[in-house]
Amino acid sequence: MKYVDEFRDPAKARALIGEINAQVARIETCKSRPLAIMEVCGGHTHAIFKYGIEQMLPDAVELVHGPGCPVCVLPMGRVDDCVALAETPGVIFTTFGDAMRVPGSKKSLMQAKADGADIRMVYSPLDALAIARSNPDKEVIFFGLGFETTMPSTALTILQAEAEGIRNFSLFCNHITIIPTMEAICSSPDLKLDGFLGPGHVSMVIGEAPYRFIAERYKRPLVISGFEPLDVLHSIAMVLKQIAEGRAEIENQYSRIVPKNGNEQAQAAISRVFELREFFEWRGLGSIDHSGVRIRDAYAHYDAERKFAVPALKIADPAACQCGDVLKGLLKPQDCKVFGRACTPETPLGALMVSSEGACAAYYQYGDLDREPVGEDA
Amino acid sequence: MCLGIPGQIVEIRDTVRQLGLVDVAGVRREVNLACVVGDDHRIVDCIGDWVLVHVGFAMSRIDEEEARATLKILEDIGEVQENLAAMRAGDEAMQTNGTGGAS
Amino acid sequence: MSEALDKRTSPAPRPRGKLNVPKVTLAHGGGGKAMRDLVDDVFVRAFDNPLLATLEDQARFRLADLSAQGDRLAMTTDSYVVDPLFFPGGDIGKLAVCGTVNDLAVGGAVPLYLSCSVIIEEGIEVETLRRIARSMAEAAAEANVMIVTGDTKVVHHGQCDKIFINTSGVGVIREGIDLGAGNARPGDIVLVNGVLGDHGATILKSRGDLALDAAIESDCAPLGDLISTLLAAAPGTRFIRDATRGGVASVLNEIAIASDTGIEIDETATPIREEVKGVCEILGLDPMYLANEGKIVCIVPEDQSANALAALRAHPYGREACAIGRVTSQRRGRVVMNTVLGGKRIVDMLVGEQLPRIC
Repeated sequence: MKYVDEFRDPAKARALIGEINAQVARIETCKSRPLAIMEVCGGHTHAIFKYGIEQMLPDAVELVHGPGCPVCVLPMGRVDDCVALAETPGVIFTTFGDAMRVPGSKKSLMQAKADGADIRMVYSPLDALAIARSNPDKEVIFFGLGFETTMPSTALTILQAEAEGIRNFSLFCNHITIIPTMEAICSSPDLKLDGFLGPGHVSMVIGEAPYRFIAERYKRPLVISGFEPLDVLHSIAMVLKQIAEGRAEIENQYSRIVPKNGNEQAQAAISRVFELREFFEWRGLGSIDHSGVRIRDAYAHYDAERKFAVPALKIADPAACQCGDVLKGLLKPQDCKVFGRACTPETPLGALMVSSEGACAAYYQYGDLDREPVGEDA
Repeated sequence: MCLGIPGQIVEIRDTVRQLGLVDVAGVRREVNLACVVGDDHRIVDCIGDWVLVHVGFAMSRIDEEEARATLKILEDIGEVQENLAAMRAGDEAMQTNGTGGAS
Repeated sequence: MSEALDKRTSPAPRPRGKLNVPKVTLAHGGGGKAMRDLVDDVFVRAFDNPLLATLEDQARFRLADLSAQGDRLAMTTDSYVVDPLFFPGGDIGKLAVCGTVNDLAVGGAVPLYLSCSVIIEEGIEVETLRRIARSMAEAAAEANVMIVTGDTKVVHHGQCDKIFINTSGVGVIREGIDLGAGNARPGDIVLVNGVLGDHGATILKSRGDLALDAAIESDCAPLGDLISTLLAAAPGTRFIRDATRGGVASVLNEIAIASDTGIEIDETATPIREEVKGVCEILGLDPMYLANEGKIVCIVPEDQSANALAALRAHPYGREACAIGRVTSQRRGRVVMNTVLGGKRIVDMLVGEQLPRIC
C-alpha cells in the first residue's frame, strides 16, 4: 500500500530508536526522571499499541495517552440521549460503529438495537443521507461524533441534504474541538508533560497555527504526527530533539498530509454549518468552554436536538470510574482501581475501556506483555 | 481519533455532488471530493490524485514531494545510526576481540 | 409439526412431486402435498443418493461399513444464517456443507453423512431455493459426503431472514488419530493453509451497506481431502482447527489456553491479501479476527513441519500455506505477535463482534 508500507519499515524503526536514544543521552532531565510526552490523539494510542512501540522506547521516554478519542470523552448523558432518539417511533438512528458499545446509564446503542430500535451502523454520514433518501417516510438521525477531522464531513452532508431538499434527515451533533481541551490540560497546575505529539488528522483540517500557544505560552514542543509507526517514532525523536536543544516549537512531521494552513474548503464548510457552543461536557474532564460545536440557526431544521425531544440529562460517571485521571495523564490505565476487574471490554464502566482508541482498552487488549492474566491475583 | 487511509482517485462519478471513486489497495468506494477541489484544482483534475480518506470524504491531497522528503530524512537517520553502530561494533571488537552479539 | 423428507415404508420408488409455483408460501410447510412437492422437487432431486432415496424418517447406515473405516464416530452440527445468501465465492448452501464437513475433518474424521434442515421464510423465490440446493449438492459431491436426511419448515414473514440452514454431520476417525487443542507443545510450529480473512471481508463487502467494492471472494471450501493429505504427511500433527468466526486469533488463543503454552506469531509471515488489508484499513478492523471458511490452523511438531507444509502446498486448497509462528513455553495462555515494526503485542480474544470504526 503506497504511503503506508514505507512508513512501517522495521529497519528504519530501529534507526529511529537509535536516534531517540541518542537524543535522550543529550537531555539532562532524563538522568533524574523519565520525560513525559502526551500523544493527544487516540489514533496514535492505537498505533502505539498495535505496533508494540511502547516497549521499543527507552525507559527515559514515557508516553501519556491523551483525551483525543471522541468516543472516550462522550458523557453518559449524551449516550442516553442517543438511545432516546433511537427509540423514538419512526426513527432510523445511524451511527459510526465506534459508538455502539459505549454504556449509557441504562443501556448502550447495541442493547437498544437488541430491544428493537432501528439502529444502523454506517461508514460515512453520506451513507446515512442515502438511507434518508430511500426512506422518505422515516426520520433518519445521524450521530455526529468526532473532532475537526470529522466535522467537515457532517457539515458537507448537511449542505448536500439542503441542496437536495431532503428534510427527513437530521444530525445529533456531538462534535468537539481539541484545542480548548489541550489548553485546559496545559493550564492545569499539575501539568507533568514535557511535550506533545499533535493530532495529524485534526491538523490537516485546522493547520499548524492553533497550537502556537502551547509553544509560546507553555513552552512545550509539539510535533504534528502521522499515524504510521515510523511517523510516531519520528515525531517522538523530533520532540526529544527540541527538548535537547532547549526549543519549544510547533513542528510538522506529517507534512505529506498536513498543509501549514490546513484545509480551507473544510474550514469553510465547518463555519457555514456549525458555531461554537458556550461549553461542552467531556466525560472525565468536566465542562470545557467553547469545546463543542452546534448547528447554526440557518440549519436548525437539521438539528436533531431541536427537532426531537432530547432528555439532555447530566449523568454522573460511575463513582469507581477514574477515566478522568487517565485522560489527563495523571493515572496509568492499569493503576485504576477497577481496571480489569469491574471494568473490562466485556463489561466496560468507562468509555476508555470501550473504544479501540481508549487507553484502557488498548492496555487490556494489546497490553503490557507481562501483565498477569486479569482476574487472578498478581 | 479519526482513522484515515491513503487512496487514489480513479474515476469521477458526479461533478455536481462532487463524488469520485477512490481505490485503496484494490478496494473501491465512492467518496466526496469537496475538500480537495478548488479554483486551481477542478474536479476533473482529481483523477490520479492520492488523497487521505476519512469517513467517505477525501480530506487532503497527499503531497508526494513532502512524503519523499520525510522518507529521505528517515533514510538519513538510518545511515547515521548504521555508521554509529558500525563504529560501536568496531570499538567492541577491538576491546573484546569479537565476542558478544548485539544487545 | 410437519415432517420433512416424505416418508414411505414401501421400497418401491413413488413418483416424485413437482413444484410449479414461483414462491414458497406457508402451504409448503403444512405437511401436505405442497410440502412433498417442495421437498421432492427442490431438495431430494438435488441431493439424490441411495440413502436419501428411501425417504424414511431417518437415514440408516451399516455399522460394519463404518467400523471398517476407523474406531470412532465424530458428530457435529452447525447452523448457517449468513446475509447475503449469495456472495462471491459461495452461498449459504455451499457454506452449510463446507462448514460442517470441515468441523468433522479438523477432528481427523473422514466426513461421510450430513443432514440438512432448512427454515424458510414465506415468500422466498423457489428458484433461490433451487440454487441453494444445487450448490449444496455440488459441495457435497466435492467433499465426498452424502446428504442423507433432512427437514423443512416454513415460517411467517419476518420470523427468519429468508432461509436458515442447519446441517449435522457424521464421520469416522481412523485409529491412532488423536487431535486436540491441549496437545500443543513448546517448539511446535503453527501453520495456516493460505491467506486469511477473505470470507469475512467478502461478506462485509457483499452486504452493500458499506458501499465497498473489491475483487475478493470467500475462501469457502471443503477441507477433508486437504486434511487427510496433511495427516498422511505429518502423522504427528497435534491439532487442527478451522478458523471461522473470530478468525485465526481466536483459534490461537484457544490453543494457548488449552495447552497452557504461549504462542508467538510473526506479523510479516501472516499471509493477507492486499484487498483484505485495504478493507481492514478503511474500516479499522483487524484481519486476524476476520472469519475464514476454508482456512485451518495446524499445530505440527517441528520435525514434521517441512513435510506438512509441502503437503499443504501441493494441494489446491493449500497453495499459499505457510508457517506463521511457533508454540513456546513463555507467556503461557497468551498469543503474542511480533509486529511488522519489530515490536511485540498481545493478540487477545475478541470480546464481541468487530465493528467498523472511524476512530
